[in-house]
Amino acid sequence: MSRLIYLDNAATTKTVPEVVEAMLPYFTEHYGNASSIYSLGRDSKEPMNAARKTIADVLGAKENEIYFTAGGSEADNWALKATAEAYQEKGKHIITTKIEHHAILHTCEYLEKRGFEVTYLDVDEFGVVKLDQLEKAIRPDTILISVMFANNEIGTIEPIREIGEIAHKHGILFHTDAVQAFGQVPISVDEMQIDMLSSSGHKLHGPKGIGFLYIRKGVKIRSFVHGGAQERKRRAGTENIPGIAGYGKAAEIAAATMEERIKKETELRDYMIGRVLKEVPYTRLNGHPKKRLPNNVNFSFQFVEGESLLIMLDMDGICASSGSACTSGSLDPSHVLLAIGLPHEIAHGSLRLTMSEETTKEDIDFTIESIKKIVERMRSMSPLYEDFIKKSGK
Amino acid sequence: MAAAGGVPNQEEKYMYSEKVMDHFQNPRNVGEIENPSGVGTVGNAKCGDIMRIYLDIDDNGIIRDCKFKTFGCGAAVATSSMATELVKGKSIQEAMEVTNKAVMEALDGLPPVKVHCSLLAEEAIHAALWDYAEKNHIKITGLTKPKSDIHEGEEAEQEEY
Repeated sequence: MSRLIYLDNAATTKTVPEVVEAMLPYFTEHYGNASSIYSLGRDSKEPMNAARKTIADVLGAKENEIYFTAGGSEADNWALKATAEAYQEKGKHIITTKIEHHAILHTCEYLEKRGFEVTYLDVDEFGVVKLDQLEKAIRPDTILISVMFANNEIGTIEPIREIGEIAHKHGILFHTDAVQAFGQVPISVDEMQIDMLSSSGHKLHGPKGIGFLYIRKGVKIRSFVHGGAQERKRRAGTENIPGIAGYGKAAEIAAATMEERIKKETELRDYMIGRVLKEVPYTRLNGHPKKRLPNNVNFSFQFVEGESLLIMLDMDGICASSGSACTSGSLDPSHVLLAIGLPHEIAHGSLRLTMSEETTKEDIDFTIESIKKIVERMRSMSPLYEDFIKKSGK
Repeated sequence: MAAAGGVPNQEEKYMYSEKVMDHFQNPRNVGEIENPSGVGTVGNAKCGDIMRIYLDIDDNGIIRDCKFKTFGCGAAVATSSMATELVKGKSIQEAMEVTNKAVMEALDGLPPVKVHCSLLAEEAIHAALWDYAEKNHIKITGLTKPKSDIHEGEEAEQEEY
């Protein structure tokens, strides 16, 4: 099968040629250490400053509020652990949600073992955080609210503006993991009252191994990686100049194409959702029907198991992912799907398809036909389906 | 070994052996048997694997036919398929010797996280044989009551949807 349909852009994206081109000079030509005095080193500062400015502009932030990291997980770890450390005199309570990425959830568990208390907010059936529950969870010792901008599995976009407002009304810092959202949907850190924001380059056609944490001026968190004086003494380590230059380019392209891309992807997304729900029986859409990332589709096919589905799709040249236990390396299906109230066996049959700008209607039509064929075949060999049909007397 | 260009060859491309992939893509003996001599369902929808095996056993205790249905991952489908192949045409005592190890070996191995699938295949055969023994009021040497028959438990969960 020569045709490849890549529908796993929430996992990672192709580094686009423009980005690679923007990175190349900083490997063999301008390879100097940006901390050096000589001009070769200073050549490296320029792309770094430019990238910082581009990224700050996309967020409506200031350049000196962008701190480059080695990726989204580091940014999440930094935001949570350093806030906990810096504000523990004020309190030891953190509020987050049940559907966060593991970079947040496992960091929270780490902090719990060290004397912090964490409230994990429920979400509704669409994966939206319950704001009244958030209000109720706030205590005098709450120091941080961390809610993801958009969910990586089901694509639901959270009411970030409202959460920011609630946080600031109570004088609590607000962090958002925007790894899936940055470059995909408009974000304004001021309007949304975001104090810290994590992002990762490879989710928006940038390189892997680069990310940033936006830290609002005045938020007093310290360094997480100790060493040299890079990143205004807040993140040690020789700057990843090629990565930073690539990320800057990716952010620039993402911002310039965002409006058009949202329109195109939303159309394709809704087309795919409409057809699959109509043409494949016993299927549900996971996540919010409208308040979701333009490129995200997530279905559950009843009586079908996710890993089998993925292998069969792969044979048709389609790359996708699933929240099934078999793909997570544990016996439990995705915590996100369980949090929106899916029974285990329905969660095992989930399929996530995430598009990019390159995705065409032809790709989607081909994928839908493939899904229809595979789901039918898998149901014909599913004992759950057999029982269901016998029970319903069909 | 990966090729010089870093592109993995066929064997590295999938997490499963060629035999597992073959039995997954072209599973043998999928289906149901009407009025089976024995049928056994094991596994748990919660964990994501359910296997059902049907046996047709003749008067001489020979397994004439064997069919399966499986809800589960690639390894679960492949082990079910292989298990049916291994017991078909065998006597009951021979079928008792089709262990998870035998199924795994016949498939040229499974990734460590998937070994439980082969256990499920062994359990499914035993559960079907147990059903046969109960129906015919006989005792099969070495056979104990199956641990996990999910048939009752799953109904409540179905309604939840």
